[in-house]
Amino acid sequence: MTDALIAITVLWGFVFIYAVMATMDFGAGFWSMVYFNREKTKATNIANRYLSPTWEVTNTFIVALVVAVYSLFPTAAYTLGTILLIPGSIILLLLALRSAFLVFSNIAAEYRKPLTYISGITGILIPGLLISVLPITHGQFIDYSTGFAQLDLQKLFASPNVYAFIGFGITSTLFLSSLLLADYSKVSKEMEAYRVYLRDAMIFGPVSLIMAFLIMYTLKIEVAWLYDRMMEDLSLLLVSLLFFLIGGAGLFLPSFFEKGIRGMPRISMVAVTAQYLIASYVYGKSHLPYIVYPSVTIEAAFTDPNSFRAVFITYIVGFAILFPGFIYFWSLFMHDKRYLQHKNPKEGTR
Amino acid sequence: MNDIFIARSLFGTTMAFHIIFATIGVGLPLMILTAELTYQKTKNLEYVVMAKRWTKAFAVLLGVGIPTGTIAGVQLSLLWPGFMEVIGRVMPLPFQIEIYAFFIEALFMSIYVYAAERIAPWMRIASLILVALGALASAVLITNVHAFQGTPAGFRYEDGKFVDIDPWAAFFNPSFFVTAMHVALSAYVVGAFVVASVAAFKMLKNKYGSKLYHFHQKALMISLIVGGIASFLTAINGHAAAQYLHEYQPEKLAAAEGLFETQSHAPLAIGGFTDRETESVKWAIEIPWALSFLAGNSFDTVVVGLNDFPEEFWPPLFVHTLFNAMVGIGSLLILIAIFGILWKRLLKKDRFPKAFLWLLVASGPLAVAAIEFGWIFACTGRQPWVIYRILSTAQAATTATDLGILFILFVGVYIILAISVVFVLLYYFRKNTVLDDLQRAEEKSVPLFSSNS
Repeated sequence: MTDALIAITVLWGFVFIYAVMATMDFGAGFWSMVYFNREKTKATNIANRYLSPTWEVTNTFIVALVVAVYSLFPTAAYTLGTILLIPGSIILLLLALRSAFLVFSNIAAEYRKPLTYISGITGILIPGLLISVLPITHGQFIDYSTGFAQLDLQKLFASPNVYAFIGFGITSTLFLSSLLLADYSKVSKEMEAYRVYLRDAMIFGPVSLIMAFLIMYTLKIEVAWLYDRMMEDLSLLLVSLLFFLIGGAGLFLPSFFEKGIRGMPRISMVAVTAQYLIASYVYGKSHLPYIVYPSVTIEAAFTDPNSFRAVFITYIVGFAILFPGFIYFWSLFMHDKRYLQHKNPKEGTR
Repeated sequence: MNDIFIARSLFGTTMAFHIIFATIGVGLPLMILTAELTYQKTKNLEYVVMAKRWTKAFAVLLGVGIPTGTIAGVQLSLLWPGFMEVIGRVMPLPFQIEIYAFFIEALFMSIYVYAAERIAPWMRIASLILVALGALASAVLITNVHAFQGTPAGFRYEDGKFVDIDPWAAFFNPSFFVTAMHVALSAYVVGAFVVASVAAFKMLKNKYGSKLYHFHQKALMISLIVGGIASFLTAINGHAAAQYLHEYQPEKLAAAEGLFETQSHAPLAIGGFTDRETESVKWAIEIPWALSFLAGNSFDTVVVGLNDFPEEFWPPLFVHTLFNAMVGIGSLLILIAIFGILWKRLLKKDRFPKAFLWLLVASGPLAVAAIEFGWIFACTGRQPWVIYRILSTAQAATTATDLGILFILFVGVYIILAISVVFVLLYYFRKNTVLDDLQRAEEKSVPLFSSNS
């Protein structure tokens, strides 16, 4: 494996981790808004209980991702920075409103409703915009006629493929987050909330899969090179589909472990994560060696070897130091029954 | 207006807005930690309540500080792709390590707030120390990039290419320590005096001798001690920083002091405005020989003036006024802290003069103004370079045009955030009074830190 390949793998890992964490984060914010008026189900409480301690950590990953791009592939950062000025700025503006109003909604109890609506709506738009970065890197919307790379926004918004990606981003967000919250509410023994989120996952799972097929269909028309290369790994895509079906079985079948309860969300969670991991691997592999097609390849954009070595060492040292912190965090907020089964309805907010 | 000017205005506005929250975000954790430790020593519950209230304020401010920091980090790539390409290649380590600092701060902040009642007291303190260290480390590391921009190191620049790159040499560039210390210490100054402002205001509003008056007086004394020490150390470090300018960026020092002619026994101009036509500083107080002494510890030190450099490489001349405003406010804050501590501890007087309390109310906003001035001085004083004598700001800027609409959108969002953050803070502290919190602290069974209404 060349250094550039190692670097792009690290970057892909960050993208994947952030994608999963962000869908849960933005999705939880959205569900917290949707179920705001249905206090009895505690669905909003569950979403907030997950969201309050985690959003800062999730947000750090997006910064980590951007930093990884410019420290591993500085030349790509130049092109990406130029073409993503408009979409990137819109994402940043929405993200600022979303994060701030999320915090505000937890502090100003009387105004919680309008504040939750602002953070919920801005939040659900973000994954749609974030994922639009992928079709932008396919290159067909980039105009080089002025001598500099420029994003052709008109062409971008006329492309069915882009809308398929956006739809996939948003529905996947709703799917993964309802799945996570179903699991979270089951562990928290909030069975009404559990049923609500289980139903949502059952709806949005198939919808997100339809969106994935739509992406492939429009990709075939618009970006044939990528489609053809993805189809070379058809067997892996089918394995991914199989994991989706296992995830679905985990939702619909009665639980093997507990009597009288429908669904095993933990199994679905793992299976669906595997589904996305495999699919994104196939996509990423087909995308190589291009970061931005066809002008920026990983080899050409790669950083100085000395810098790469130094950065790579900090990754190892940094995550070795952070790992116990993540474990402790997880044990306090994802595992501790005292937190999960909090009796006080006004808990968990600052 | 040209695109570079708009790009600079946009990024400058982002930074000007972000650093208010970032600086308080570095300073407040130290105050919270001081309050927690004071509680461990005195077992006076008032200090726990202080820690709780400051933590809440900190959490609200983070709600703006984190997203604006994310904006700043990403906007660097969007607006200055040429700069980040070089930074990515030569100086990636501070950004990279800063990520770990962010993670530590985010993880342990949540633990400190949401798990407060479930973890052992020593773990609470440990979490808080990690939050404070994480915040400090992020400030130090991001300042390191700024230091590198002034004193680039760790590479050779030949025919437009960066060769022999040594990222650790870039990391430990000459002005790293002195610049990073300056930012860290001044953040503690700001954190302390912002608290002092609020405490002094509350002392003016509450009856002398009441429970609330004493509560706020205790908060004020903590902040005067922390703020006094930090502002004194900032001044000493600022002196070292100026000597670094003398050595590494002489035109920046010349612009800061409004000095045109190279000379030994150079005078120090305090205040006033630099005038291009007469090549002098108007309405300034001049102290003969002082600049030479400050720059090199002897009156014979030759201080280089602006006329030794081509005018196209001059920083803007208004930086002299900004520089002096920063130094002036810093000195005033030292005097305020000394006066307050002497009055209370040495003269044993319990009641501050009203005028002094009003001056304290002003001290927080003044401290914030000082860091704004200092930061604008530091960045415009480096112009026309983004990396000193290597890369010009114009070369680094995005090739995209029509940035005006983005500028308007970002300013609009900052205005919304600024208004709402003030509103939310006022709302929260009106709903949760000090007396409510004291009562919660006394009843052990009621959660204090996660309480809201």
